[in-house]
Amino acid sequence: MRAPDMDAGVTAGDVLLAVENVSLRFGGVKAITDVSFDIRKGEIRAIIGPNGAGKTSMLNVINGFYHPQDGRITFKGRTRSKMRPYVAASQGIARTFQNVALFKGMTTLDNIMAGRTLKMRRGFFWQMLRHGPAMAEEIEHRKVVEEIIDFLEIEAIRKVPVGRLPYGLQKRVELGRALAMEPELLLLDEPMAGMNLEEKEDMCRFILDVNSQFGTTIALIEHDMGVVMDLSDRVVVLEYGRKIADGVPDEVKSNQAVIDAYLGVPH
Amino acid sequence: MDILYNIFIDPFVQMGSAPDLFVQTLWEGLVSGVLYALIALGFVLIFKASGVFNFAQGIMVVFAALTLVGLYEAGVPAILALVLTIGVMFVLAVGVERIVLRPLVNQPDIILFMATFGLTYFLIGFGELVFGGNPKVMITDELYLPRGSVEFEMLGGFVSLQKIDITAAVIASIMVASLAVFFQKTRIGRALRAVADSHKAALSVGISLNQIWIIVWFTAGIVALATGIMWGARSEVSFALQIIALKALPVLILGGFTSVPGAIVGGLIIGVGEKLGEFYWGPLVGSGIESWLAYVIALGFLLFRPQGLFGEKIIERI
Amino acid sequence: MFYREAGQFKTNYAADMAVFPILQDKIGIALILTLALVVIPLAGNAFFLSVVMIPFLIFALASIGLNLLTGYTGLLSLGTAGFMGVGAFACYKLTTIFPGVNIIVWILTSGLFAAAVGVFFGLPSLRIKGFYLAVATLAAQFFLQWCFIRIPWLYNYNVSGAIEVPTRTLFGIAVTGPNASPEMRYYVVLGVVILLTWVASNLVHGRIGRSWMAVRDMDIAAELMGIKLLPTKLLAFAVSSFYCGVAGALMVFLWYGGAEPEVFSINQSFLILFMVIIGGLGSLTGSFFGAALIYILPIVLRGAPSLVGLDIGAATVEHLTFMIVGALIIFFLIVEPHGLARLWQTGKQKLRVWPFPY
Repeated sequence: MRAPDMDAGVTAGDVLLAVENVSLRFGGVKAITDVSFDIRKGEIRAIIGPNGAGKTSMLNVINGFYHPQDGRITFKGRTRSKMRPYVAASQGIARTFQNVALFKGMTTLDNIMAGRTLKMRRGFFWQMLRHGPAMAEEIEHRKVVEEIIDFLEIEAIRKVPVGRLPYGLQKRVELGRALAMEPELLLLDEPMAGMNLEEKEDMCRFILDVNSQFGTTIALIEHDMGVVMDLSDRVVVLEYGRKIADGVPDEVKSNQAVIDAYLGVPH
Repeated sequence: MDILYNIFIDPFVQMGSAPDLFVQTLWEGLVSGVLYALIALGFVLIFKASGVFNFAQGIMVVFAALTLVGLYEAGVPAILALVLTIGVMFVLAVGVERIVLRPLVNQPDIILFMATFGLTYFLIGFGELVFGGNPKVMITDELYLPRGSVEFEMLGGFVSLQKIDITAAVIASIMVASLAVFFQKTRIGRALRAVADSHKAALSVGISLNQIWIIVWFTAGIVALATGIMWGARSEVSFALQIIALKALPVLILGGFTSVPGAIVGGLIIGVGEKLGEFYWGPLVGSGIESWLAYVIALGFLLFRPQGLFGEKIIERI
Repeated sequence: MFYREAGQFKTNYAADMAVFPILQDKIGIALILTLALVVIPLAGNAFFLSVVMIPFLIFALASIGLNLLTGYTGLLSLGTAGFMGVGAFACYKLTTIFPGVNIIVWILTSGLFAAAVGVFFGLPSLRIKGFYLAVATLAAQFFLQWCFIRIPWLYNYNVSGAIEVPTRTLFGIAVTGPNASPEMRYYVVLGVVILLTWVASNLVHGRIGRSWMAVRDMDIAAELMGIKLLPTKLLAFAVSSFYCGVAGALMVFLWYGGAEPEVFSINQSFLILFMVIIGGLGSLTGSFFGAALIYILPIVLRGAPSLVGLDIGAATVEHLTFMIVGALIIFFLIVEPHGLARLWQTGKQKLRVWPFPY
């Protein structure tokens, strides 16, 4: 399923994002404890683990929504003790969410257009007129958005408010909104949760296409092990906020700690 | 430097030099605080159980008091009028549940909030239509409420406490205590707390939302009646009260929307804060600051503790 | 049958992104403009212009202002009247200090003062949300109203404590003051309202409007997409307060002709909030519907008993009006919680497929 130059185990590319010794606490609750891993340019990296393992918290740390108490995050060669949402977004980290976080009152088109906000330059004065440069800019971005709509095959729902769409399509629009940011690193939080087989296959196809066509690096959380093993280049496994395994899918699959985490340890 | 002295030092010098005046002001503040707290209590009850931000609580206070006095003036004996008024509040609760809440179930908060605005307008119109728009005098003697004042000689001066204020404080404490018991110990109380957490989950275990709502609005109605009697006894019964009832909002901010003890403590803080503020700092800016001081106190407080006095720190999840 | 876009193909994005993409809508808006610009001033009498049309337009403008904040950005405000007051008093001060400058310039400038005050009171919106924020705006409402009463400099130390609007002219014709004709005042109000509605429509259909709605619908997702929350919210406060400020200046200068601080009381704020909610949150058209219903309905109700020959006391009519308005608010919320704008949409949808049900 993968491009031929990236055989399992020999992943090409430099490190795009490195997380080192990150710990995150809420009051007395430890969500993440001393976790380190990296994501290389161009790969699909899966983060798996049982419920409550700290996977979503990890993504929240990466794009700056949660601020870890300890540790460092290096993105594109710059090391920070914590990310800020605005910095993460403007540096090229985009995100989809576990429970769809679309702008419910807006149409599909507007949702994806909103993903272009950071790329738009025209100021308040031109926005008031909505003619001349502001309109030209709007049209230019509309073209990009239409390409995304075309890519995701959602032409028919272009002008439908997303609140009325079925769940599967909402997930797709959300992917579109993230793609509109032209990210270098795309974080997908359970992109296939609650989907039927057909929808899952579609979504897998989109993820692989995004990765190979646009060269986007992808980090994804997913519970469907079949999907994870097929899609990803490398897998990191979390349990109770700690990293218990890291490696190519076959290694992880046979790792004793991972098997214990998923199947339980006899006492 | 004069300004700084006037703001930061002079008021405290005044407090120290006339401690009896200070205690008197403090007491006034506590009393109006109790009344704010009672209104806030009605808010909290309804907000907890139905998630409705009930703007009409203030008008319910006026409406209850008006009904009581109106019935008495129409020739009904005082005690019977009280019972009848409780009946009217029950009818109101049922009506609100049937006509307003039930058709609007599952609507966004702001829609329900606006609906209580509609209710406010309706009750104002209805109350004035039936009982007339003129201010009325609360029937205190007939309800066996004490009048007059007690004077204490202390701190080199006199402090005088109105008996009705003391009664108000006692009744408020009894009401809060019995509500606490009701919430914690009874089956209905448990159902109420369940509804507060999640409507859907409560429905799924067989709790009747409609019944709970009627109970809550009725309870809030009784709280409103008690508030109306106390407040009416202090000044007069008129629709001007509803603007004062808006003061319950900063109280709620301080106490948190869902906390009964919060409503009480918040009410006292706001009451004392604005009376002391008006008395000692008001003259610096030409007085009348009572109209906005409460909101500014609440606002300043919010900036440091957005979750209120008794609220837990909110962890945002996504 | 008559209202259908079938056969109207867009060949470029600009046409598809137009505010009124359908030909019939374009005709409709042209008709409304002709009606407002030509027919009403010609056919309407002075009473109709000054008692119905001018206040309606001013309330619509204030509703648009509040709608930008509450409907588009999701920030509930109960301080609208306070911001309107800032506009009115700023305009009064400006035109009495610099009487030579055209009054329309000052009306628009006074909006900037309101915007600045709005931004200041919007600062807490970074940390607080929902009903909590509503209390912050209540602080603005009561504080500003207190200022209007307690700072005599604002009303030029008039003994009455009220603003008295001086006569100001445009091309030699009186626009404000006792000598201004209703027609002239109507045209000025209409011009300002059309201009600002057009600007508001441009804003909400572009990048800024999308950022506002994104913050309204899911602020966390918006933030993680690089939309900075505080500047976006403050911009909404600024633009909203600008609109309210201009509406306030228009209200005092072109409608009342003078004003006491009572005009900008909390009840005025509530009234405008009603208009926005009944009209439809997040809809500019809805703001006009809401203003029409909430402002004109009581006028009709007050006039109705004498029309049908009933002799009821004025006080009773007033009370009944309150009751009916209250009941209607509840009724409309139950029938269509998304307001008249949504009813209008549904109606248009029905019209598209007429005579078939779907």
